[in-house]
Amino acid sequence: MIAKRIIPCLDVRNGRVVKGKNFVGLTDVDSPARLGKFYSDCGADELVFYDITASAEGRRLFTEVLTEVARTVFIPLTVGGGINSVDDFDRVLKCGADKVSVNSGAIKDPRLIFEAAKRYGSQCVVLSADVKRKDGGYRVFAKGGREDTGLDAVEWIKRGVELGAGEIVLNSIDTDGVKEGFDLEMLTDVCGSVNVPVIASGGAGCMEDFTELFTSLPFVDAGLAASIFHYGEVSIKELKSMLLERGIPVRI
Amino acid sequence: MTAIVDYGVGNLFSLRSSFDAIGVEAVVTSDPAVIEAAERVVLPGVGAFRDAAEKLRTTGLWDVVKNEAAKGKPLLGICLGMQMLLEKSFEFGEYEGLGLIPGSVVPLEGYVPAGLKIPQMGWNALEFKNASGIFKNTKEGEYVYFVHSYYCDCPAEYVTAVTDYGAPVTASVRRGNVYGCQFHPEKSGDVGLAILRAFSEVKE
Repeated sequence: MIAKRIIPCLDVRNGRVVKGKNFVGLTDVDSPARLGKFYSDCGADELVFYDITASAEGRRLFTEVLTEVARTVFIPLTVGGGINSVDDFDRVLKCGADKVSVNSGAIKDPRLIFEAAKRYGSQCVVLSADVKRKDGGYRVFAKGGREDTGLDAVEWIKRGVELGAGEIVLNSIDTDGVKEGFDLEMLTDVCGSVNVPVIASGGAGCMEDFTELFTSLPFVDAGLAASIFHYGEVSIKELKSMLLERGIPVRI
Repeated sequence: MTAIVDYGVGNLFSLRSSFDAIGVEAVVTSDPAVIEAAERVVLPGVGAFRDAAEKLRTTGLWDVVKNEAAKGKPLLGICLGMQMLLEKSFEFGEYEGLGLIPGSVVPLEGYVPAGLKIPQMGWNALEFKNASGIFKNTKEGEYVYFVHSYYCDCPAEYVTAVTDYGAPVTASVRRGNVYGCQFHPEKSGDVGLAILRAFSEVKE
């Protein structure tokens, strides 16, 4: 059976990973290539690199490090951050990315999803949405969760899939950073009937949160987290052996 | 030297890098002379069958790949490259393949149980059937990375591994010196590298 995926997310600024504290045994903790290799060796099923650089120079550095990562890490790589055009897709795919995640850029111009899917295939286009509860519904936020777009999350995800998104990352702003578990309610309400893979993001605090995610919500394909992996609170190796013990299919 | 056939389909950076990682000389090329001089040939591919087949024809590499395979040179088709080894594809129409392995390319939809997501995207385990050659360094049950909406429907004698996606889905095929894998060895971690290494050692 297809395995549930565990995906660490690395924020990259000006070519360096925004630091976590506790990378055991690593000296150059902010090198994306070293960290990518570290995670890949630990059993990460995929890596997400999120470019939080604003400058053009930073972008150039980002594509350089991406190339370096792709040269040494042979698992799927997803890139997000600053993707506003098909040219941006082209730029990161040429450096070895396998999938590209769109967020604010797709909200600004939803045709980006369609155009990218047409050119590179749906499997390449990941729609990432930052969602927050508001007025009894679910609202999509842009600009890293700072700006209310007024879009209803259920409608937006549905539209994204129709336009050609091949995978959904649902990040709950309500549970993000709280570390008390994924937002099972939001995931169910927003992505419960989506027919493309769904990646849950926001709220993981411990290994049990992943067990709960995969046992309660069979439609969820992957769990994504950043800080708990970076700070060593959860080891991917231990997490995967625990999931396997609980009968959840994972790649060991 | 291993020739990775470049016919303008997809990104070959990872594939090229994965051969570097196992210390095997590989060149990305669209030059028939280089492909003819190579010891082994890799036919990659992503996207739609029709477009890829058309590009392989217009670049003139269709016959080159076919001839090299006929000479007995080891050939490995990856993902859509594997699907092109078959006789025909029913992806958005009906199209002719290289015909190096009997069988046709058909949709997962309607074959795997309803409710399973299509494409199959992610890591799934290998179950061997007459596995040989490229699986020399691989254990049954090891996971490899798949992304596909169509699969190869081949006579059982050519199927060397399947994966369970609600139904047995062809993961790899072989007919003599012609090999194919539906999954991406260049994205399947150490297991994938071991498969590429084994391919780099096959004599036929």
